[in-house]
Amino acid sequence: MTAASTDAVAGLTAAATETDADEPPVVWDTTGMAPGRLESELLAKREAGRKLLLPYITAGYPAGDWARLVEGVAAAGADAIEIGVPFSDPVMDGATIQESSTRALADGIDPGLALDTVADLDVGIPLIVMTYYNICFRMGHRRFANALAEAGISAAILPDLPLEEAGPWTRAADHAGIETVLLAAPTAPDERLPRIAARSRGFVYGVGLIGITGERDALATSSLEMARRLKDVTDKPVLIGVGVSNPEQAAAVCEVADGVVVGSAVIRRVLDEGVDAAVDFVAALRAGLDGGG
Amino acid sequence: MTATADHTDQPAPAGSSLMAEPDDRGRFGQFGGRYVPETLVPACAELEDAFRSAWGDPEFRTEFETLLHDYAGRPSALTDCRNLSEELGCRVLLKREDLNHTGSHKINNVIGQTLLARRMGKQRVVAETGAGQHGVATATAAAYFGLDCVVYMGEVDVARQALNVFRMELLGAEVRPALSGSRTLKDAVNEAMRDWVATVEDTYYCLGSVMGPHPYPWMVREFHRIIGTEALAQSQALLDGDVPDVVVACVGGGSNAAGLFAGFVDTRAELVGVEPAGGAAVSRSVPGVVHGSMSYLMQDEFGQVQEAQSVSAGLDYPGVGPEHAHLADIGRARYEPVTDAEVLAAFELLARTEGIIPALESAHGLAWMSRHRTELAGKTVLLNLSGRGDKDVAQVQAIKRRDPEAMAHVDLERKPGDPS
Repeated sequence: MTAASTDAVAGLTAAATETDADEPPVVWDTTGMAPGRLESELLAKREAGRKLLLPYITAGYPAGDWARLVEGVAAAGADAIEIGVPFSDPVMDGATIQESSTRALADGIDPGLALDTVADLDVGIPLIVMTYYNICFRMGHRRFANALAEAGISAAILPDLPLEEAGPWTRAADHAGIETVLLAAPTAPDERLPRIAARSRGFVYGVGLIGITGERDALATSSLEMARRLKDVTDKPVLIGVGVSNPEQAAAVCEVADGVVVGSAVIRRVLDEGVDAAVDFVAALRAGLDGGG
Repeated sequence: MTATADHTDQPAPAGSSLMAEPDDRGRFGQFGGRYVPETLVPACAELEDAFRSAWGDPEFRTEFETLLHDYAGRPSALTDCRNLSEELGCRVLLKREDLNHTGSHKINNVIGQTLLARRMGKQRVVAETGAGQHGVATATAAAYFGLDCVVYMGEVDVARQALNVFRMELLGAEVRPALSGSRTLKDAVNEAMRDWVATVEDTYYCLGSVMGPHPYPWMVREFHRIIGTEALAQSQALLDGDVPDVVVACVGGGSNAAGLFAGFVDTRAELVGVEPAGGAAVSRSVPGVVHGSMSYLMQDEFGQVQEAQSVSAGLDYPGVGPEHAHLADIGRARYEPVTDAEVLAAFELLARTEGIIPALESAHGLAWMSRHRTELAGKTVLLNLSGRGDKDVAQVQAIKRRDPEAMAHVDLERKPGDPS
């Protein structure tokens, strides 16, 4: 049982064993907090009339070349970049992002390696880590929050950590200066949206449709409805993601929303055509949002 | 020794609320919760309300119990095993869930959940399956109630359990192979959850074990509580009012164990959950979050979920239901691993001594008893025979013939507790 004992000892560092004893209470309404770097920059750009573009890339894919992808996407007009740290069981992700995650894991990416790589970059825009909660939970809330901060990351998105479970993580994240972006979905009743918006920092991530990530031929009408419902309850930036697949769809949803998150459509180009094609696609998204597409 | 086996004699405190409702956040101690994509949060809340209302409704309870009796064939027998008792040196009682319609305990939960789906107005059900037992049970109930049914099954399991795939198709269900990850039960759950995220408005997710987001661990245990309720009454009748000294069940997600333990948790009986060595989440005691709840989870140092490996597809799962993590944590139940080789020996032992071919899952409990026969000498042991072994016969035959294909998942050299 040597292996099991070692595991159990390693488990002591997990978040479950962090004590709440001396912790401040969880803040459920962040409206009074000073905006972090991500929210400040997005607000300033929105103020200047710019529609916000957040491409998603998968850390570790393509192995050896993904840092160049981050730099290229930033130069192509992204306002912030969502960096996915691969998890073995990504239940919110469709086939495209599953594929890039599986390949990255097979090529040996891990959270520490991903953050080390990001720490060496200077792309001039805020970076956001997107991963599943167990990656954070295993490292421990405080350690994970501090690791993000030390790597120069501004914010975190944990798609399987809904509002009700977010307390312990957000307390650690707030303390470390990491903005936690919460998701809002079309299935939410009206009374739920203001509470999500109140706790979300950086922006509010509106899920554009009922489903997992992946490209769609047409923009879901629920995308516009989601944007409208969120704009009605918050002054924080409202970005729509999941199913936003091309410059036309991005521009259409930004008739209401402040911006878009585009993941699978970027990653499919990396998978099929490589880094340069993905960078060109992000430039086309930028042009579409700026009215030049 | 496992990390949690130190206080196994600790009885439940008087008037205890053990195995009652979880707290209002769906927690059993620190375990459980509702870690799902935001899209599913309202659906889980709606399900909780619907279950609470149904479970408190005498009409629903009557319909559930009537179907368990008339359709599933309950109550299931309790068999006093003379030959096996002689062989092991302890008195062995078998709770015969293998005699239920569809061949395992899974039918209890599925009847409950499909009744609930119908009550909620859902016309489509999705389910995940490992060995195929829960998939067959779900397809059966869907046929009975006229519901559309899609079952996700890992591609590896589709190959291992071809007969159950055909059974599900005969019953009118569509079987979709899960092609990602380890292509076993864990990945079938991922695919079922992805389906539910996209179809939540008209689809009911019929989860097959005491896992997943609140209210599933609680609800599924309640639908299986009948196992423990019957077994307690039957053993008391047989033992002049006494209860067995030890109550044993196999644990993958842990539904048959939860149902059985619920009947005995407030008695003096020692509770033992038996895990496959290659999927021993509780024995390793590292907490994690996957598939909607916090529990013990096999994972690497970074939190990547590890692939379980077991000869039994139904236990090939890296996690465990959160209530089992809690029972282990407070020392009310102990959880220990057995190897595939021990399981195969137990499979044959029961066939030869009692004329009962057990499911490979259920053979885990017997393997544990066989290993601990010195400790058990003279005691009375109740084992949940959670399913029958018809589905496993071809696989065991292939293993005995040293078919390399079938041997891929059997490591006869593996020691208990070793990582896969």
